[in-house]
Amino acid sequence: MQPIHPEQVQQRIDALKGQDLYIHLEMTTGAYAAHHDNTKHPAATFVTNATIRYLHGSIAGNGPYRVGLKMLNGWLYSEGLTHWEETDSERLIMAGHDSQGKLVVALHLSRRPF
Amino acid sequence: MRDEGTSMNKRILVILPHPDDEAFGIAGTLAKAIREGAKVTYACLTLGEMGRNMGFPPFANRITLPAIRKLELEESCRAIGIQDLRMLGFHDKTIEFEDQDALDARIDGLLKELHPDLVITFYPGYAVHPDHDATGAAVVRTIRRLPPEDRPVVHCVAFAKDTVQALGHADIVNDVGDFLRQKMASIGAHKSQFQVAEWLGTNKPKEKELRERFGTERFWTYRFE
Repeated sequence: MQPIHPEQVQQRIDALKGQDLYIHLEMTTGAYAAHHDNTKHPAATFVTNATIRYLHGSIAGNGPYRVGLKMLNGWLYSEGLTHWEETDSERLIMAGHDSQGKLVVALHLSRRPF
Repeated sequence: MRDEGTSMNKRILVILPHPDDEAFGIAGTLAKAIREGAKVTYACLTLGEMGRNMGFPPFANRITLPAIRKLELEESCRAIGIQDLRMLGFHDKTIEFEDQDALDARIDGLLKELHPDLVITFYPGYAVHPDHDATGAAVVRTIRRLPPEDRPVVHCVAFAKDTVQALGHADIVNDVGDFLRQKMASIGAHKSQFQVAEWLGTNKPKEKELRERFGTERFWTYRFE
């Protein structure tokens, strides 16, 4: 994974619009959040291989970045993205890692199932 | 209860949900048992696909993580000397939602095939992570169905904050100080999960410090009655 390059991510977002895509969308505090600090509220959610189609989408911010994808009947939104996989030319693989490298958020888009 | 058997021919079945669950709490005990002649099968339910640690700086992503963790698990098993690794193909974070009959049947199949003298798993309800608790619960549920004379001894890892309050002190306390090389190699094999060099600091820790920190492994024997 490499630090996000917003212009290149935008090009990839544009290339994937208007078609059925499989998504992996996730956010997590980690299963041990409350074990390490009982003031923390552990939460996690993910969906894998649901399909979406967006009419247009963009990346915003100065890092960590936000991505919003406008679908026919709603939105997909993700905040806190820091890294992407620039070597993957078919898919858009993005994630947000905290200062210790731990994954906090992930947004992946692909024409084929993950 | 089956006889625990002599170490020379002891069969141990380890059932845990994630690659790396073996590293901190069990690796030394297994390395020691294997040195004494035990045959160990490690059934790892998932590939830890949903782990948050991806290396630092991150070198993995959600897509590449399962394959990376599979290799790390295999390396850890080699470091410990585990002879038989089974990856059961369940998905990380989903053990508590799996079809219980299907899950229990997989565990029952291993018990029938291997006839272990000892099973090592997590203590249900006292193992913090939902996958740990669900794995321990499935193991205990399945073994409970066996006639009492066929049940292997079950040693459980527990680390919830209220463990000692609820279960008392561990009844099995293993000194694994002579097996720290294997244990540290097991921990170090999980490169995406643990930055060993980082927490050991820049100075190589002394043998004594390592023994204090990693040299004891504790288990609670599960009581079926």
